[in-house]
Amino acid sequence: MIIYDETLFIYLSIKLAFNLVKKWGFAMASIAIPRTKSKKKMTAVDRKKRRSETWRRIKRNKLIYLMILPGVIYFLVFKYLPMYGLIISFQDYKPYLGITGSEWVGFAHFERLFTSPEFWMIFRNTLGLFALQIFIYFPIPIIISLMLNEVRHSLYKRGIQTIIYIPHFMSWVVIVSISFVMLTLDGGIINSLLETFGFEKINFLMSAEWFRPIYIIQVIWREAGWGTIVFLAAITAVDPQLYEAARIDGANRFRQMWHITLPSIRSVIIVLLILKIGNVLELGFEHVYLLLNASNRSVGEIFDTYVYVAGLQQGQFSYSAAVGFFKGIVGLIMVVIANKLAKAFNEEGIY
Amino acid sequence: MSKKATARISVGSKIFDTINYTLLGLMGLVTILPFIHVVGSSFATSAEIASTKFLLFPTKFSLDAYRFIFSTDTIFRALGISVFVTFLGTLWSMFFSVLTAYGLSRRDLVGRRALNFLIVFTMLFNGGMIPTFLVVQQTGLLNSLWALIIPVTINAFNMIILRSFFMNLPQGLEESAKIDGASDFGILFRIVIPVSMPSIATISLFYAVTYWNTYMHAILYLSDSTKWPVQVLLRQIVVLASGFNYDGAAYTDVPPPEVTVKMATIVVATVPVLLVYPFLQKYFAKGALLGSVKG
Repeated sequence: MIIYDETLFIYLSIKLAFNLVKKWGFAMASIAIPRTKSKKKMTAVDRKKRRSETWRRIKRNKLIYLMILPGVIYFLVFKYLPMYGLIISFQDYKPYLGITGSEWVGFAHFERLFTSPEFWMIFRNTLGLFALQIFIYFPIPIIISLMLNEVRHSLYKRGIQTIIYIPHFMSWVVIVSISFVMLTLDGGIINSLLETFGFEKINFLMSAEWFRPIYIIQVIWREAGWGTIVFLAAITAVDPQLYEAARIDGANRFRQMWHITLPSIRSVIIVLLILKIGNVLELGFEHVYLLLNASNRSVGEIFDTYVYVAGLQQGQFSYSAAVGFFKGIVGLIMVVIANKLAKAFNEEGIY
Repeated sequence: MSKKATARISVGSKIFDTINYTLLGLMGLVTILPFIHVVGSSFATSAEIASTKFLLFPTKFSLDAYRFIFSTDTIFRALGISVFVTFLGTLWSMFFSVLTAYGLSRRDLVGRRALNFLIVFTMLFNGGMIPTFLVVQQTGLLNSLWALIIPVTINAFNMIILRSFFMNLPQGLEESAKIDGASDFGILFRIVIPVSMPSIATISLFYAVTYWNTYMHAILYLSDSTKWPVQVLLRQIVVLASGFNYDGAAYTDVPPPEVTVKMATIVVATVPVLLVYPFLQKYFAKGALLGSVKG
């Protein structure tokens, strides 16, 4: 009997995450160290036999190839063709000339990017939001799942879970819209509260200081509950005997949580942290774009929104493609570094 | 253990529970209150909006805001487009995701590793917004509703999760069907898909929510405002406060306050997701699948 449930689903996701990190590590390693071929020299006959065997397997699965063909075409057209399209960041791309006809300008767009004063502002802003994600958002789902794990009444637990998962399924437009009507200067519930308790009203939406707090609170509101799923799944795998032993040793509930549950899910925490670091520049175009306005641009403009404005609103295709390219490369480097870290932790993790 | 120690531990445990339950309850409350506030306000009368500061449940029920927003075609059209894109998109994405995932789940496939890498790599690096826009432009999809669907046909992560599910199915299942002379398509549609229904339902719901919530692709690829889905309209009304285009509408009374109109629009854009949420929960929480192969 195969039992399908939440735990299995999440476990597969975690396993997948692990494998992605690992596989990518192997790919990197094999680039660095060419694999030495230990195979003996094959005779011509062997080779021929092998080739015909492979050919036989391909022919047997021709319907399977037919099945994956549309998927492969999709990835080639909508994922790989744009990668090829990145060469426009070295050109002065003109839509009517196309990629083949446009003039080459080398690294001019990158030079412009790195020398522009806006670059450092965007870089700072991107880093700022990233830091908020890592230092403020990241620990919250862990804490909530530790707390949920201590709840004994399963009805109460499930009720809380049901509620805190809901915002994850709302679009950013809905999340930002709700915040908007609550934070607005006249009639917003938050400002009404401030007024009632004798504080000054705050123009949250038009304020540069409030941009970051609003951003991270919205991220927490939308994702913190959903984020607990992975940790809760990991907690279910903890050996109950450990708690038994701790109880006999006189450890109270808080200490059990601190000394048993938390260390048991350490590897999951590390993997998720690494994936998060790998996603350094994916701070959510939609979310930030929806929050941006003229008064908070100095802290809110990030690479994604800058690409959109420079590229699609102002028509500087080549320049904004260069900005996007730079962002993508930094992201890729971060993935590789994060993966190196993962491997370092893995080695340490095996006692 | 002495009696005293036991008592102390249980008291400590009770305090711990009390704090824990209270904090979690507060968390749940904080999460849900904004939604209640929005729903409550959308049904409030203009008098109550003006007098009550922290409205959760209106004392007098008014449908004015809803009558107002539904008095024009604008919201119907946007909702219709969102429903259309969600249904068609989910079917389209699931069809191709399942085909690709099943194909790549077959262990005897020559070139499987390379194909997997081809797909996984797109999760790590991509061409970015501008080159993708240019491809969409080249394919002639701009300003067509298909632009919201075709460029996001397969979500690599969803596809890989499906593939893991298929790989975890018992091998005997396929082999016995093969012996019975079933083709690869027959195995997929008559055996693999029926036994994988819970996971297929889960991934379908993920796709459906994504399509319903689509916003970025709409502002990137659709310049014609008559093709905007409900999320774009919502932003137009609430964030940009460009108001509602209600000229020539059947609504002849005094328009309801702007706040309630905004709230009602948020509710309308949210309700469909809340309607599927229980199903999502059900599949997510439980759903036993009896194996078709014994042992």
